[in-house]
Amino acid sequence: MKKIYFDNAATTALDSNVLDVMLPYMTEKFGNPSSIYSYGRESRLAIETARKSVAKILNAHPGEIFFTSGGTESSNTAIAAAINNLGCRHIISSEIEHHATLHSVEHLHSRDNIRLSNVNLLSNGHVDMEHLRELLAGSKERCLVTLMHANNEIGNLLDMHAVGNLCKEFDAIFHSDTVQTVGHYPFDLRNTPVHFINGSAHKFHGPKGVGILYINENVKITPFIHGGSQERNMRAGTENVYGIVGFAKALEMATAHYEEHSAYINDLRMYMAEQLQQHIPGIGFNGDLHGRSLYTVLNVSFPKTEKSEMLLFNLDINGICASGGSACTSGADAGSHVIRAINSDPNRIAVRFSFSKDNTKEEIDTVVAKLKELI
Amino acid sequence: MLKLPVYLDNNATTPCDPRVVETMLPFFTETFGNASSRNHAFGWAAEAAVDLAREQVAALIGADPKEIIFTSGATEADNLALKGVFEMYIDKGNHIITTEIEHKAILDTCKHLEKQGAEITYLKVNSEGLPDLKELEAAITPKTIMVAIMYANNEIGVINPIKEISAIAKRHGVLMMSDITQAAGKIPVDVDRDGIDLAAFSAHKLYGPKGIGALYVRRKSPRVKVTAQLDGGGHERGMRSGTLNVPGIVGFGKACEISLGEMEEEGKRLAVLRDKLENALLQLEESAVNGFRAQRLPHVSNISFRYIEGEALLMGFNKNIAVSSGSACTSASPEPSYVLTSLGLGDDLAHSSIRFGLGRFTTEEEIDYAIKAVTETVNKLREISPLWEMFKEGADMSSIEWSRP
Ligand SMILES: Cc1ncc(COP(=O)(O)O)c(C=O)c1O
Ligand SMILES: Cc1ncc(COP(=O)(O)O)c(C=O)c1O
Repeated sequence: MKKIYFDNAATTALDSNVLDVMLPYMTEKFGNPSSIYSYGRESRLAIETARKSVAKILNAHPGEIFFTSGGTESSNTAIAAAINNLGCRHIISSEIEHHATLHSVEHLHSRDNIRLSNVNLLSNGHVDMEHLRELLAGSKERCLVTLMHANNEIGNLLDMHAVGNLCKEFDAIFHSDTVQTVGHYPFDLRNTPVHFINGSAHKFHGPKGVGILYINENVKITPFIHGGSQERNMRAGTENVYGIVGFAKALEMATAHYEEHSAYINDLRMYMAEQLQQHIPGIGFNGDLHGRSLYTVLNVSFPKTEKSEMLLFNLDINGICASGGSACTSGADAGSHVIRAINSDPNRIAVRFSFSKDNTKEEIDTVVAKLKELI
Repeated sequence: MLKLPVYLDNNATTPCDPRVVETMLPFFTETFGNASSRNHAFGWAAEAAVDLAREQVAALIGADPKEIIFTSGATEADNLALKGVFEMYIDKGNHIITTEIEHKAILDTCKHLEKQGAEITYLKVNSEGLPDLKELEAAITPKTIMVAIMYANNEIGVINPIKEISAIAKRHGVLMMSDITQAAGKIPVDVDRDGIDLAAFSAHKLYGPKGIGALYVRRKSPRVKVTAQLDGGGHERGMRSGTLNVPGIVGFGKACEISLGEMEEEGKRLAVLRDKLENALLQLEESAVNGFRAQRLPHVSNISFRYIEGEALLMGFNKNIAVSSGSACTSASPEPSYVLTSLGLGDDLAHSSIRFGLGRFTTEEEIDYAIKAVTETVNKLREISPLWEMFKEGADMSSIEWSRP
């Protein structure tokens, strides 16, 4: 049975073209980038070339791009820096952030007594901008606003410019978790009012274990991981050269095919939504499907029945991969904190389908037919 | 045919073993799942691969797989061990003991912790590169929470008496942390035999991929806990969040398995080659080995060539031999090696020292080539060196002012 992979928001398959450019850096071009002889210089050059390419695509300066081990490290670095280096004493976030943000923020709140406010969410999952303004206006201390660009479970897109401008007005630091959007949307960072964003290669057909942190040139922070002068003293540790090369290549490919792939994937998503509505009674969609929404994610809400409670399990038996929440909840099935925050109806079951360029309409037909049987 | 440059810097990094790459390949494009995806086969396959790798990594150091926390490398693992223990055990005390010649990943993190209120003792080492164990014991106070001493030094290859060091720590109820980055996979490391409670290491030093490493954290007698430094999805038992680098972990596992299987044979082979290189270069006048020769990694030799500028020396053959005059992290810096100056070498002599690090792919032919090239370069540089001339004429060299541009 050929498996159908509709869990591309959790991770994506590495593109074979990306693998091809990575492989030489594992074997023959293996030097430590800090070494001064030819092997080392070759690795260093590869990293700096990758950095330039990434910076160009995001319209940032190469000096603003730092390679890390992934989206989680980047978010942790940015959030800690806002508190430790930039004088923020009040964090404004939301209940539907990724755990990398939620738990960093909670940690700082409970350990360092940093004030924490969650911005209200509308029923479609969007941030209540009026409430955000109130929170900022009412804060005596400098704020860090950390709000994700696209939600990984329901796909809601934040208006980064609106939030960034509001932050500017109140001299707040703005971090946006862009892990689900870097490699999926064009960025113009030079003209975006944001201090920190992050990216993770494995979300756009690049390798796992490598990410970026963008740090706007106007903010100066100290490193989060100590012990070496790599990444211009910002991130110690021997660089993951093949990963960095892979990050850049994956981003280049995603950018080159953006129009084509985004339209194609969005069509798949809308097609599935339409088919589900036609064939399965009582379903709905979490988030803002027809509004500001990430084109890779479709979060379907099923009426709760004995059958729908077993849905993920039965989908898997039938070779269909989807998810009930984000991929990183440890062990016990605690349900989705995102769904809980926007829609507390206990009589619904949420399933996330997330797509990539490698999926097809035929796969959707198969999945919809299966769902009809299973529900 | 000899392929140039000859790579003799295997302490800085090593190429991936082809067997490692081959094991990793399916996990990039086919079995690409997120190891935390609980609802489908892609996730389970990735998780199973991680489980196997965790066993392989644990086996290399005699640990239980549950005691392995995957990180992005030894640097992150060193950070997690020091910061994590400091935060977790703050009620017990704030004092950590280490040595002056640790890797920067330890030293810089200690410097950072000092700003957070930690007290750090940096033990001196003797001219052979070894700390004084009496001094270590005397440094322990009721506030001491951890001793952090590397297993083997990355510049001189000297192996510390970890068993004895950990016995002292244990006697005083203090945790024993060791940066085993240079020792793991090269010489037998056994966390139980050696009494280690936390240990940091990196795959790329043992023919695995870059960007992946681990922290060993003991679970029994004592049960050690660290405060997570990366918060998020609660991966790695909550001690290190972030999507697991599945291909990297698989490669790390395979690399550990291979190293464990071949360590004994390979250690012997490399010791023979290293000794050949070392003995030949010691034939040169005024050359000397740095560090305690009798207790060293089998593949490392750090030699100083007096009255020669290390940089000139490196320039002399760097096109054809890849070596370094210290650790890679600092090789672009004009400062002399702090490891060598801690051994008591003057700046001049520290500057004229070279680290040779042999590895799995080093051949005898390459060693013969290196002996010839280094010997020729040293002789040539000395021919044109006024210092060497003065030395030969019997001048009192200690009275000469050294200046560096
Ligand atoms: C002893 C020691 N510790 C830590 C490290 C850091 O390892 P990594 O750069 O892989 O994080 C190295 C090598 O660079 C090392 O030799
Ligand atoms: C929105 C979001 N932020 C952060 C992350 C964390 O990225 P990584 O797992 O690569 O560290 C993820 C994915 O897991 C994500 O979806």
